[in-house]
Amino acid sequence: MPAVKTIQSRTVVIPATNIDTDQIIPARFLTSTSRAGFGKHLFADWRYDSAGNPKPDFALNKPEANGASILVAGRNIGCGSSREHAAWALMDFGIHAVISTEFADIFRTNSLKNGLVPVLVDENTHAWLLAHPQAEVAIDVEHSTLSLPDGTTVKFPLEGFARFCLLNGVDELGYLLSQDAAISRYEEMAADEQRRR
Amino acid sequence: MSTSPKTMFEKVWEDHIVVPETVETPAVLFIDLHLTHEVTTPQAYTELRNRGLRLRRPDLTLATMDHSTPTRTEQVFGGVPIAIDSAARQVQQLEINAREFGVELFNLQDSRRGIVHIIGPELGLTQPGKTIVCGDSHTSTHGAFGALAFGIGTTEVGHVLATQCLLQRRPKTFAIDVVNRLPAGVTAKDLILAIIGRIGVSGGTGYVLEFRGEAISAMSMDERMTICNMSIEAGARAGMIAPDATTFAYLEKAPRAPKGAAWDVALERWKTLPTEAGANFDRSVEIDAATLVPMVTYGTHPGMVAPVTGNVPAQGDAVFQKALAYMGLKAGEPIQNVPVNNVFVGSCTNGRLSDLRNAARVLRGHKLAKGVKMLVVPGSQNVKKAAEAEGLDRVFLDAGAEWRESGCSMCLGMNGDLVPTGHYSISTSNRNFEGRQGVGARTLLASPETAAASAIRGRVTDPREFSSN
Repeated sequence: MPAVKTIQSRTVVIPATNIDTDQIIPARFLTSTSRAGFGKHLFADWRYDSAGNPKPDFALNKPEANGASILVAGRNIGCGSSREHAAWALMDFGIHAVISTEFADIFRTNSLKNGLVPVLVDENTHAWLLAHPQAEVAIDVEHSTLSLPDGTTVKFPLEGFARFCLLNGVDELGYLLSQDAAISRYEEMAADEQRRR
Repeated sequence: MSTSPKTMFEKVWEDHIVVPETVETPAVLFIDLHLTHEVTTPQAYTELRNRGLRLRRPDLTLATMDHSTPTRTEQVFGGVPIAIDSAARQVQQLEINAREFGVELFNLQDSRRGIVHIIGPELGLTQPGKTIVCGDSHTSTHGAFGALAFGIGTTEVGHVLATQCLLQRRPKTFAIDVVNRLPAGVTAKDLILAIIGRIGVSGGTGYVLEFRGEAISAMSMDERMTICNMSIEAGARAGMIAPDATTFAYLEKAPRAPKGAAWDVALERWKTLPTEAGANFDRSVEIDAATLVPMVTYGTHPGMVAPVTGNVPAQGDAVFQKALAYMGLKAGEPIQNVPVNNVFVGSCTNGRLSDLRNAARVLRGHKLAKGVKMLVVPGSQNVKKAAEAEGLDRVFLDAGAEWRESGCSMCLGMNGDLVPTGHYSISTSNRNFEGRQGVGARTLLASPETAAASAIRGRVTDPREFSSN
């Protein structure tokens, strides 16, 4: 997982509420056995017409979206399927942070495990961002702040452990493996209980 | 020493803490059962290989094939190649991974194969008080037994493969009190759709739901699984139901449940799991089951639901307008006006034997309406065999439906079982998202009874009109 300290970018706005992971990456693209290459299918059914041509009105197809790495999405982004391919597709496309007022649980977890920063903001900040596509904003992971073009900064929630992983580009598996002794103790205790029964 | 009364969730959670959570770090939680399938595991095995790691607990891991597998008999048993090359490769990859890492696998031809959330309970591996995970959001199904069961992403699948543990923050608790009984002709599917309609598709985000009350206690295990299965459609990763005599009677017959003296000990422990009187939930809601009728979704998420006797709402916000445009429906029109082109009976929500019986009871002696295509896909090969022993396959075939091998099939269409663009599909599955059953497909979620009744009439139909069957 790549380390991420700050993200500075124009935003791209997909205002729909309840964007489910079937929209982010439709199921027919999930037969891959690799993590790579999902970006070209990101939002496939919203992005392309039935002939496979880009729909000019869709936010990601507009010229000004080119190079934008922060997605502003409607409330409850990532609901539905647990497919981590949704986070992979966003990252592969070049999105490094998602801003919304509500994140579905599994999508938020999957995002953090891939260095995709979920930025939870209040309604007012969200409303301003929805109304101002291509706003130049900056995300500071260490201080968990989002800076708006007028210089104001808002805090977003990010627990210490997740922050550490993002800043250092380490995933959680290393930490879990370091708990081996505790896991073994738990397993022995559980086996003892089983034997006593 | 006196302790405050605990919820069932708290007991299961506390029983599985390897390292407690702190302000800075999540808890290390031990996982008792890891169910796996071909779609969300290949990248996790690659990670293990890259890091030179072994599978920590093959004895607590089980693999099946369900999501991208064909349902056509000739592709499952007849030597005809799987039609989708990438799906065939995914199936092969799981066979390679299972062999290399020592995981028990129910392969494509195995008589025990089926949808991962159907076979866990069927085998009796799903048990009260266990922590159960799978790289699939409908893992919530297993909570029907009083297990703490939730879906995870592929990175977390790798964590469980390598360490049998997950890093988790303790979720909040949400009691769904279902008072009174469901009226005749109203099903568990109708109840859970009504609950999602009430609390919303993100109403359960951050919570573990506990479904309780008279209507829940009166339900069979199959019905309870339908309820817990759709917890995730309300945003909740897990839903739970207290184990009771119904749970124990189901498990006693299951092949891999504890036997003999071990059964007696397990039973005593399971009986201590239910939420204690006076235990505190972070949130609660009360639903009166007696007031419900069969429910059907009209929109593009499971919370957009209306009584089958009612209308599409007369007005709504931008989300509502967008959904109606996709569905090709008019605000305020009667739900029963909606035509039906495709019918799907199956999935981890409603693919169990009792679901097939309920659909067959409505369909018996009838034919599909002109132009209607109906696909019946048992949730597992065991369900298929049991249904055939009762002659349910004949009922479906005589009506003009197709009878297939088990799998996820048209719930998400990964295997090519798709609804054509613009067609209306009444489906017993769990998601009516845009494109879920095929690009441009228009899905209406309902019970097996409502799906069968609608198949006969070729439009959305109240199944109680067929209640004399």
